[in-house]
Amino acid sequence: MNAIQMTGITKRFGDLVANDNVDFELKAGEIHALLGENGAGKTTLMRILYGLYHADEGDIQVNGRRVSIVSPKDAIHNRIGMVTQHFTLVSTLTVAENLTLGEKGSITINKRTIEQKISDAAEQYGIPVKPDALISSLSVGERQRVEILKALNRNAKVLILDEPTAVLVPQEVDVLFEVLERLRKSGLSVVFISHKLNEVMALCDRISVLRLGKMAGTVVKGETNKTELACMMVGHETFGVKRQGKAPRGKVILRVENLSLRDKKGLDTLRDVSFEVHTGEILGIAGVSGNGQSELTGILSGTIKPTGGQFHLEDRNLTGTEPLQITRAGIGRIAEDRHASLVGELTVAENIALEYLDEFVSHGVLDRKKIHQNAEKLIKEYDIKARPEDRLRTLSGGNMQKVILARTLSREPKFVLASQPTRGLDVGATDYVDHRLLDQRDRGAAVLLLSEDLDEIMSLSDRVAVIYEGQIVGILPIEEVTREKLGLMMCGSIGKQKT
Amino acid sequence: MENIFIVGLLAATLRVATPLIFGTLGELFSERSGVLNLGIEGIMFLGAFVGFTAAKLTGSLWLGLLMAIIAGVIAGLVMALLTVRLGVNQHVSGLGLTLLWTALSLFGFRMIFGEPSVMPSISTFPTISPFEGVPYLGTIFEQRLLTYIAFALIPLVGWIINRTRFGLNIRAVGENPEAADAAGLNVYRIRTQSQMIGGALMAVGGAFLSQAMLGAMSFGIISGRGWVCIALIIFANWKAIGVLWGSLLFGGFFALQLALQATGIKLPYELLMTLPYIVTILALTIAGRNVSVPSALLKPYQRE
Amino acid sequence: MKFKIVKVPATIWMRVLIPVLSILVTFIITSILILIAGGNPLEAYYYFLIAPLSDRVSALEVLVKATPLLLTGACAIFAFTAGYWNIGGEGQFLAGAFAATGAGIMLVDVPPAVSIPVMILVSFLAGALWALIPAWLKAKLAVDEVVTTLLFNSIILFIIAYTLNNFWRNPLTGWPQSPEISETAHFLRLIPRSRLHMGFLVALVVIVIEWFVLARTSLGLKMRALGMGKTAARFAGINVNGTLFIAALVSGGFAGLAGGGDIAGIHFHLIEAVASGLGYSGIIVAMFAALNPLAVIPSALFIGLIDTGAQGVSRALGLPTYLGDTVQTTLLLVTLAMFVLVNYRIKKV
Repeated sequence: MNAIQMTGITKRFGDLVANDNVDFELKAGEIHALLGENGAGKTTLMRILYGLYHADEGDIQVNGRRVSIVSPKDAIHNRIGMVTQHFTLVSTLTVAENLTLGEKGSITINKRTIEQKISDAAEQYGIPVKPDALISSLSVGERQRVEILKALNRNAKVLILDEPTAVLVPQEVDVLFEVLERLRKSGLSVVFISHKLNEVMALCDRISVLRLGKMAGTVVKGETNKTELACMMVGHETFGVKRQGKAPRGKVILRVENLSLRDKKGLDTLRDVSFEVHTGEILGIAGVSGNGQSELTGILSGTIKPTGGQFHLEDRNLTGTEPLQITRAGIGRIAEDRHASLVGELTVAENIALEYLDEFVSHGVLDRKKIHQNAEKLIKEYDIKARPEDRLRTLSGGNMQKVILARTLSREPKFVLASQPTRGLDVGATDYVDHRLLDQRDRGAAVLLLSEDLDEIMSLSDRVAVIYEGQIVGILPIEEVTREKLGLMMCGSIGKQKT
Repeated sequence: MENIFIVGLLAATLRVATPLIFGTLGELFSERSGVLNLGIEGIMFLGAFVGFTAAKLTGSLWLGLLMAIIAGVIAGLVMALLTVRLGVNQHVSGLGLTLLWTALSLFGFRMIFGEPSVMPSISTFPTISPFEGVPYLGTIFEQRLLTYIAFALIPLVGWIINRTRFGLNIRAVGENPEAADAAGLNVYRIRTQSQMIGGALMAVGGAFLSQAMLGAMSFGIISGRGWVCIALIIFANWKAIGVLWGSLLFGGFFALQLALQATGIKLPYELLMTLPYIVTILALTIAGRNVSVPSALLKPYQRE
Repeated sequence: MKFKIVKVPATIWMRVLIPVLSILVTFIITSILILIAGGNPLEAYYYFLIAPLSDRVSALEVLVKATPLLLTGACAIFAFTAGYWNIGGEGQFLAGAFAATGAGIMLVDVPPAVSIPVMILVSFLAGALWALIPAWLKAKLAVDEVVTTLLFNSIILFIIAYTLNNFWRNPLTGWPQSPEISETAHFLRLIPRSRLHMGFLVALVVIVIEWFVLARTSLGLKMRALGMGKTAARFAGINVNGTLFIAALVSGGFAGLAGGGDIAGIHFHLIEAVASGLGYSGIIVAMFAALNPLAVIPSALFIGLIDTGAQGVSRALGLPTYLGDTVQTTLLLVTLAMFVLVNYRIKKV
């Protein structure tokens, strides 16, 4: 009898089939990896198990009993807990209050009693937390521990973790793995969603691989290896873009000097960030997410004002200018959040015209013909599956990203800022975006690529910088880069010491 | 003479503050759960009308108040249906409901009382005086039971919000409904309940005006007091204790303005009346940066 | 057999049907009220919808009632499109009426060719001026405009009360009512012996201009982008604060024009109750028109029809005229709900 048995699960979002007749089983007392690329349907499957989505078809058994799970409440009732990628903690409440949320019990709440209860539980499971701390004051790793404790505190026998290591530095990952090992020994079953082969091989007992919404198979760790798993994940062995040779590196286009940013809470999110990007090169910035990448992107995009330092494009100081000046100076921006750079309710054509609106206007009146023709041309050129008059929100993620590429790259910017350009895209779209970025380099543009995907960084970059806690801890030419070295730098163990 | 003036002023302050406290505490429930209820002006009007009319028809003030509470609960339920269940824009729904409750109350008034030459009236709630005979205090605290209830409600509401499970749930759905949902709370139900409680309190605020202060139903009975409550909640920084200071300050100001008018001193009292509004806007401007506005305010919650 | 409710984007024809469905549902709901009040709903709706159109005088009256609504509706649409929640249409209406009264009193011995444009300009500017401070606070200090515009409605009312009680009080009756504006400042009558004035044409022109600006100009595209995705608009290089500011001021100007028009075309003097909710009704008109500028015309005419009809219902059935307001506000809420509800279907599972 399995702790969890999911049979024939199908889930559609519009035309997209996120899960296609998926079977999944979880044994009691095992750590089971759910492996797959971004968009393979791992999270969808587990959100169904936790009642956040409803499957269109299929059924779920818990301990051999068929159950109906339509909300997290039902999942909790069936002793299933989930730690989602975006933590579901109320930041203005304390740890103890968050852990008390949703419990049945007395009408009143005594702070001291619940805090005592939480410290007892924390001790029992060996998960250190501070019961009286406000969530807003905790680090990401601490918040994750609160999430895990929250699930356990509700007597979860099955714990689902969605990409738990994506936000952690290696040391925190070690702590997490220790915690999970301990929980397994106490009889808990864990579903570990990941796309990182190393972690999966280090931690899990069995591995199920999802590919494009379908279950590609389940294997026991001892009977497989990384190459086989990689095959199952991507379907074919060799894949990905490769840089073709080394382009001649030219003059400096972008010069960033001592950029600093102190946020409203007084935290330094960027500290003395300096680097240069030359024509004909891609400078990759690697790092665990949340180490200052969004802030750096914001400053170079013109949406965030730095509190110190400056940056020049060629000889022009663009520090603290608005997006309009930034784009006119020759910076092309591919932002990390598509929905923050495109307007879903406007048409594809209008979205494309928006950034250089003055060129599509005469005497304040829109030149609708020009807007339409421009869109038609770029739709063809960038192979966008849409018509100019379609509302942007009806497009797939990949096509939205192509709209951004078309809008930005058709201007032949001197400097291209690409932040997480392939996040959430399928294999085909990722491939397309990566090729386009290489084209920009070959054209002679300077490209800055911020990505959490080490493979992407290593296959595209000419030089790699690593960002950690808002600082650039080192810049290496690609020849000197190894995965291990980057890994160590990303957790701050090599490079500049923390000041 | 000056003593009498000040004593009268303080007594009036407590009286004038009463409906503001009820209204603002009602809005507090609503906003802490994540819904801005601009229907407050209309719900107060509805409460004033229903409270007065039911009292007039049945002869019982308390029965009138009960009917006003029921009306307020229903009004809260309608607001919840639109903004919580259907996720309709809160500004427009609230304003629309203010217009609806006002129109419906006026319609009801004309249906029941016609267009009388002398406005119908009732005898108001009696005052009680715990310090009977004590100089100054006796007069200041000669108030209606509802005024005492209003002031007692402030710590009670603070306690409910901060120290009870229900209050914790309200704070959670108002700050992060996704987290509350993931914790197994029913976001819709908690927000709906908050609307109903809030509606009841607002209606009592309105009923106090018709049943305790005026003893009659006038068409201008609320005349913007609901909007004052919207301002007060900002002034109070969404905290129950802040409602106390805010309502005393605003109440004191209105009372002063009325008292000065009564003395016959020639003052541009209409212009003085604008001061509380200007103060609120200034408060918003100055405090605007570090107010603890509930994060999910104005955001309808929808799964998937 | 079980049923479940699923979300499906509404088809175009469903969207077109929204106003019709909303009117039907509103009538069903309000019928209950009419029945309770002892009236015959069918008879009531005859007086609401058909009777006003059956004779010339009341049909023209529908246009008269629609005139300020066209403009306050335009006011709401202009601001809402840019994502600026101007709830201050009522106050901006009053500001327009106040300023127009002042101008109208002073404009003596001036030919109408000068005085009428001056009246229009003054009304517009006064409305825009009354929208200025909330707009400035929003743009500069990010102060929420809903509360400020709302409070500004109350403030202008006190200022008007002060002026009427102290400077413009009618010396004969003692009523708080301003002196009459001079005749040269009167808007021209469109049709003799009716109350229909040129303000109606001004409103139509404003609406066509508004449509053109929103749909066809660079400013309009910026406003739409801003209203639908502020972050993305900023990212694309749109001057967020500047655009919001313009949207807020022009929006206020439209409401001011409505107020000035009612003074110059209908009342000829100022009283405190001159707006009596017309600013708020503009929000009903705008929402019923789904924020489409051209749809404001039928929307305002329909609300004007119900306003006119309410008088007839009152006379014929003895029901209070407030029934009209009740029907209008119910219509607003039903329409809002309908926009959401058309996205749902009941499916068998």
